[in-house]
Amino acid sequence: MIAEIGHYALVLAFFVAIAQVVVPLYGAARRDTALMGFAAPAASAQFLCIAIAFGALMHAYITSDFSVANVAQNSHSLKPLLYKISGVWGNHEGSMVFWVLILALFGFAVAAFGRQLPDSLKARVISIQGLIGLAFLAFILLTSNPFERLDPAPLDGRDLNPLLQDPGLAFHPPMLYIGYVGFSLAFSFAMAALIEGRVDPAWARWVRPWTLAAWTFLTAGITLGSWWAYYELGWGGWWFWDPVENASFMPWLAGTALLHSAIVVEKRDALKAWTILLAIITFSLSLMGTFLVRSGILTSVHAFAVDPERGLFILGILIVAVGGSLTLFAVRAPALKAGGLFAPVSREGGLVLNNLILSVATVTVFIGTLYPLFLDAMTGDKVSVGAPFFNATFVPVMIPLLVLLAIGPLLPWKRGNLRAAVEKLWVSALFTVVVAGGILVLEKGAPLAPVLGFGFAAWVAGGVVTELTERIRLFRIPLGDSLRRLFNLPGAAYGMSLAHLGMAVFICGATGEMNWTRELVATARAGDTLTLGQYELVLEKVERSQGPNYFRDMATLNVSKDGVPYATLHPERRLYPVQQMPTTEAAIRSGISGDLYVAIGEGSDLGGYIVRVWVKPLVPWIWAGAMMMVLGGLFSLSDRRLRIGAPKRSRRRPAAPAVTEAGD
Amino acid sequence: MTPKRRRLSIVLIGLAMLGTAAALVLTAFEDNLVFFFSPTDIAEKGVGPDRRIRIGGMVEDGSWQKYEEGLRSEFVVTDFQNAVKVVYRGSLPDLFREGQGVVAEGKFNGTVFTASEVLAKHDENYMPREVADALKKSGRWKEGEEAK
Repeated sequence: MIAEIGHYALVLAFFVAIAQVVVPLYGAARRDTALMGFAAPAASAQFLCIAIAFGALMHAYITSDFSVANVAQNSHSLKPLLYKISGVWGNHEGSMVFWVLILALFGFAVAAFGRQLPDSLKARVISIQGLIGLAFLAFILLTSNPFERLDPAPLDGRDLNPLLQDPGLAFHPPMLYIGYVGFSLAFSFAMAALIEGRVDPAWARWVRPWTLAAWTFLTAGITLGSWWAYYELGWGGWWFWDPVENASFMPWLAGTALLHSAIVVEKRDALKAWTILLAIITFSLSLMGTFLVRSGILTSVHAFAVDPERGLFILGILIVAVGGSLTLFAVRAPALKAGGLFAPVSREGGLVLNNLILSVATVTVFIGTLYPLFLDAMTGDKVSVGAPFFNATFVPVMIPLLVLLAIGPLLPWKRGNLRAAVEKLWVSALFTVVVAGGILVLEKGAPLAPVLGFGFAAWVAGGVVTELTERIRLFRIPLGDSLRRLFNLPGAAYGMSLAHLGMAVFICGATGEMNWTRELVATARAGDTLTLGQYELVLEKVERSQGPNYFRDMATLNVSKDGVPYATLHPERRLYPVQQMPTTEAAIRSGISGDLYVAIGEGSDLGGYIVRVWVKPLVPWIWAGAMMMVLGGLFSLSDRRLRIGAPKRSRRRPAAPAVTEAGD
Repeated sequence: MTPKRRRLSIVLIGLAMLGTAAALVLTAFEDNLVFFFSPTDIAEKGVGPDRRIRIGGMVEDGSWQKYEEGLRSEFVVTDFQNAVKVVYRGSLPDLFREGQGVVAEGKFNGTVFTASEVLAKHDENYMPREVADALKKSGRWKEGEEAK
């Protein structure tokens, strides 16, 4: 019964969406306030309907209602509760319901918090948001109904892929989806602005926080996914340039560019058409990611839907969305009035360069990801493009961005002096030389990659510190005043410093892992000792036991570092009987200087086990750097200047356009 | 600087960067594209000994030999028309089985394929797309059975 309610709610949501698209759009064209006023309640009703449907599906999962086909195929009564819940989005149908749920949530957010938005803009934004929802609701109802019943109902379910039964992966999809789908709002705002024919700083003030929120979640989602791959797949890698990873990385790159260009629109009323285009591209890349991942074109753990009908449907949505929005852009963008002027050397100029570099980087990832599909379709040749390609293209493209990252924030708006900015950076330059030189001596000049990696990280970090000391005028005014300035900095300033510093930390982690990893693969019996670098590992025993829905062989290894006891590690090998699938559970001992990573393989008839040991320097810095970016995003979001509708702190300055809250 | 000249210079910088990126992409493609071969492709077209390729097919039943307690493996990859012997040193993926699809990356010296990587599968029913296509080509694809 509850499943039928869920299905009914989805159908209802579909019809609400039709009204949500048509009525406000027509009302905005006719300047009819009553019709435009229909947008907000429609968005709320839409969200309510989808939330009911999602709740019904979750109920089926939690109560293990195997008469629902989707539950029977993806769940099992013995599965722990957390994975019953995460199972809702761990399959194709459920994940699509989750997708539209987030979409409707963002539409609802505009309805709820958008009181200060001009009526027509708000109506159009909600209408476009409804249009995207309409397409995906049609997709779900026509090709991927999650509430289909099974008769007779099986006694038990087929279980969720054991690799997905993991806390990291329980939260990876929701984060990623909030990020992906969050860009839909930037897209809807872009479309609405094109229809309106105007973009003003008030528009950017709206778009920026929502883009920032989406970007923050996407960053967290990608990081969780990478972390999961690192410890769960048991190969010790954290980024494989796998097409599925790239599918989420491309919107991230474009979204990062959008985040920066929206600042220019907000502060200087320039780059408007470009920002709109970026919003379109970012969301289009999100849609393409959904298509690549869900269509089954790519084979991966994410490809649930191998039904070609589904792939074609999403491809259709993608083509209409991209084609339609770009056409609208081509027709309406020339009408947008150009805004503030700036010299090439200026903060704006730096941000333009940032955007160019990020766009080109996105293009290289795009080519590397899609070329194999293209070649297969054209000639039938099958190729794979792996990490070496991206290391040879993406990395060099990004290097100028790192150089720029230290300089750009030191340039003033409108017109800057490159020499003055560079002169401020002499301490960072010195720091960079010392770090790079130190690595060169330490490594005896062997490979150049770590020298460059740590050198650039030092340069970026130095730039961030320089920018902060400039901002608080350290050593030029009394220390107390400097500190007061530091505490009174707006959240966005902290956010930027933290995110940029996170970049430096991330580069250190990635460089350390890629260049200094050491690996040992050996067979060991109980009592054997393995040595890798400073570490000595004694395999004490391997025991067999039973978990809630699996069997496991758990090894006990006593590890000493430089002869001193360091850790006891328990890598496991599990067998999930329902799916007859073995998995590797690596044991990782993390420290600030790096990870010790141990995995065990199958036992042989002679009682030996394959043991794989990695020493991976600086890996935790990768996650730390990414988390700093996430924190930076959150800090920026906390900036009250971005909180539309937040209590106004100062009324002294009259707000220019209607939407502008407390001015800068 | 007039807005027009400013826009022109931005476009020029953008084009220059795209050009650089294009050059990087093309050189990287030359060195780093890894082509996929089925055992029949290898038999018919041949492969140079220094070229990195991927091969795929089914692991032939009864062909998996383990040496050094599983540290070194030999197996035969077949598309039921031709077969290639593969040697691999390291730990095979959890789901490596005889009678199932596999993809390996490495080099072929004319008689033996030395794999540097054997690709893991994510779940039991998964069949690498390349393998499925290769089997279809050799006419040995069991329709529907493994298409899940």
